[in-house]
Amino acid sequence: MSTLAHDHDHAPSGLKRWIYSTNHKDIGTLYLIFALTMFFVGGAMAMIIRAELFQPGLQFVDPQFYNSMVTVHALIMIFGAVMPAGVGLANWMIPLMIGAPDMALPRMNNMSFWILPFGFALLISTLFMEGGGPAGGWTMYPPLVLQTGDAFPFLIFAIHFLGISSIMGAINIIATVFNMRAPGMSLMQMPLFVWTWVITSFLLIAALPVLAGAVTMLLTDKYFGTSFFDAAGGGDPVMFQHIFWFFGHPEVYILALPAFGIISQVIPAFSRKPLFGYASMVYATASIAILSFVVWAHHMFTVGMPLKGELFFMYATMLIAVPTGVKVFNWMATMWRGAMTFETPMLFAIAFVILFTIGGFSGLMLGMAPVDFQYHDTYFVVAHFHYVLLTGAVFALMSAVYYWLPKWTGYMYDEKLGKIHFWLSTIAANVLFFPQHFLGLAGMPRRIPDYNIQFADFNMISSIGGFAYGLTQLLFVYIVIKCALGGKKAKDKAWEGARGLEWYVPSPAPHHTFETPPKLTKQMLEM
Amino acid sequence: MKTFFIKFLSILALFPLTAFAEWGLNMREGVTQISQRVYDLHMLTLWVVTVIGIVVFGIMFWSIFHHRKSKGVKPAKFSHSTTVEVIWTAIPLAIIIALAVPATKLLIDMEDTSGSQITVKATGYQWKWKYDYIDDDLTIFSVLDTKSTEVSQLNSGLNPMENENYLLDVDEPIVLPTNTKIRILTTAQDVIHAWWVPDLGWKRDAIPGFINDNWAVIDKPGTYRGQCAEICGKGHGYMPIVVKAVPMDEYRIWVAEKKQEAEAKKNTADMVLTMEELMTKGEAVYKAQCLACHQANGEGVPGVFPALAGSAVAIEPDQRLGHIHRIIYGKNLMPAFGEQLSDVDIAAVTTYERNAWGNDTGDIVQAKEVSEARNKK
Repeated sequence: MSTLAHDHDHAPSGLKRWIYSTNHKDIGTLYLIFALTMFFVGGAMAMIIRAELFQPGLQFVDPQFYNSMVTVHALIMIFGAVMPAGVGLANWMIPLMIGAPDMALPRMNNMSFWILPFGFALLISTLFMEGGGPAGGWTMYPPLVLQTGDAFPFLIFAIHFLGISSIMGAINIIATVFNMRAPGMSLMQMPLFVWTWVITSFLLIAALPVLAGAVTMLLTDKYFGTSFFDAAGGGDPVMFQHIFWFFGHPEVYILALPAFGIISQVIPAFSRKPLFGYASMVYATASIAILSFVVWAHHMFTVGMPLKGELFFMYATMLIAVPTGVKVFNWMATMWRGAMTFETPMLFAIAFVILFTIGGFSGLMLGMAPVDFQYHDTYFVVAHFHYVLLTGAVFALMSAVYYWLPKWTGYMYDEKLGKIHFWLSTIAANVLFFPQHFLGLAGMPRRIPDYNIQFADFNMISSIGGFAYGLTQLLFVYIVIKCALGGKKAKDKAWEGARGLEWYVPSPAPHHTFETPPKLTKQMLEM
Repeated sequence: MKTFFIKFLSILALFPLTAFAEWGLNMREGVTQISQRVYDLHMLTLWVVTVIGIVVFGIMFWSIFHHRKSKGVKPAKFSHSTTVEVIWTAIPLAIIIALAVPATKLLIDMEDTSGSQITVKATGYQWKWKYDYIDDDLTIFSVLDTKSTEVSQLNSGLNPMENENYLLDVDEPIVLPTNTKIRILTTAQDVIHAWWVPDLGWKRDAIPGFINDNWAVIDKPGTYRGQCAEICGKGHGYMPIVVKAVPMDEYRIWVAEKKQEAEAKKNTADMVLTMEELMTKGEAVYKAQCLACHQANGEGVPGVFPALAGSAVAIEPDQRLGHIHRIIYGKNLMPAFGEQLSDVDIAAVTTYERNAWGNDTGDIVQAKEVSEARNKK
């Protein structure tokens, strides 16, 4: 194995190693640590939200601060936790999976990471300004968002920073995958995780400039006298929503597609069986990505679109169920007649398949315009997107961390603690979010700090689930630190059924790998 | 299946808490034919996905149980099957088409506002609703009731559990006739709001500068409650909607009464009240209209809503007219109250603000002064 990865480690030490790093593994680690930190910052805000909603009446925060918690929680979790975690995994794993020595554009890689802390410093600093942080929801609909105080320009520029960072990351991934695959690896021989990240990168490049345009128009509306979104000046507030969701819906898949990729690595490994329907997985991912650009207005069925518009967006939305269904069936068929074992990554992957599908079911319901008029902007929606983003995207990320942790640290994590973390997380997340379906159907609007007493019981259950979920994640940090410090030595191929090039380099992966391209064997290319 | 189990568990565990309201688990069937059809389509879809879920997860759990290494299974080698893949692409497609047909029919009917008998325009404000009965030239402002307002203050020490309609009650409910096709227009004054009464089966955004339309035929008399459903700032959770549906003849009587009341409100300029009366009335108006922003203690919210306690506009003698004008015409974020409040109401609240929280100016503002202020800019 060591012929593939000759280790001559000359990394600078100390702080410089991290600030100047152009190494894909170090930058991947930075991204992952940053994402985990932001997961706790955003999570702390979620705890404030759930504490306030624990019972009716206002106990802890005033409504303005509550709204800014709702807003900043979403921005941090989307742009600070899930996206950077995905990019971190891509950084670490894509070069290893395609036999490349590093990312194609290592200096840009460094910059795209180091923009993030500054972007979030801008965003979080707004919470300490007079007038408070942005409080109009992460969707930033005008005219409400234009009422934001001093925080407003900071919000806009923070979003520009995060957008630039993501676009650079995406360009890097595309350049790496198209130019630096080991000789003999065709596109249709790449691991599915790599495929999903290529497609995600195209989504990022297409969608994020649109967001940048939208928020810039907000900025000029507020400070430079334009009226893009002001009816009094001939503009249209709904136009913002169209532009925003033209970004926003692909963004949903930017969060979800890498998760699909992770699950497509983990399930075959622990089923000890090749991934079922590789080609249809690639095509399904691509169809989802393409469809994601023509369904945006299902987020805004209630704005009063023409009937034909509503029908088009309803049909297009319902159509997404088909390729998504194909993916779920393929994962099941991969498990079918395999020889499964249930280590923590597999547990998270199975939970992902079930709970993401539940989120998909409520998604189908929400996609039907006439009933969406009832569901829209209620807790039913909150339950839906937390099923796809928390028990979906975040569970997949957890699965990925447990799956590749042995490769990163050289040690096996504590399996028993990992399983406890899984079960507590799964139970807590369901106690947290399942009752929110009921709340939404019973008529509780989202983004309210206080509610009628008929919603009291389910809110209390939901909050208890929330606190349990939050506490449980501290266990995750402990498990990761414990694993980084030592434990059972991991083999190069840490999992019996694991497939892919990354398992042909030593564990832990040395600082430099594949400095000379690997000679691929048939076995190495198995999916 | 896991989720059913959890639902079951949570219901078991929390029975002791159910002392107050009934447990809302599902969408309401509502009181219009449309809301009934929305409910039916919701239930149809819910059952379809539940059955799919049971079948799909059932197969998966069977596999998880049987195809495990610990049972000594040797893994199979297959990795695709065109037939199977075509089948599981076709079946979901067929199910979706089957669901899209009723959805399309319902949507077409919901969007057909033709043939309406009366028209009501709902205008969202931060944070209240204004209703214009277009055919009867009647305007109603509807604000969260003071009982809820008091309880809902941060650390009010009052128990919301004592009020069944906490946050779902207003000072002036609107009345609508039953068995009548009512066209409901929605628009807004400042930011986007959404008008939603679940029992009518839909919600619709209220967008400044644009007018949306929708309709309802209410079958059953009763009181139906809803809330704003689009985040619209600090008071988003505090602008409920209350609709009283009554037979047509009762509705007519109500309209006549309200018009008389409105007429009476127009002519309050000659009312002269004592300081004490003005303060009592002023405090009531303040609680209903001003407290959400300027707070019970008149301190406002730094950086967002200016304080009134100790503020020049509420103290300085030469700003007295400015103070009244501010209430009539609004300024920046502050909405204009001139249309909503009568002369005597504005006089009372001005007096209150000039004397409460240590402002102690001793100023007495009478309705006549407000009436005159309306005429000079």
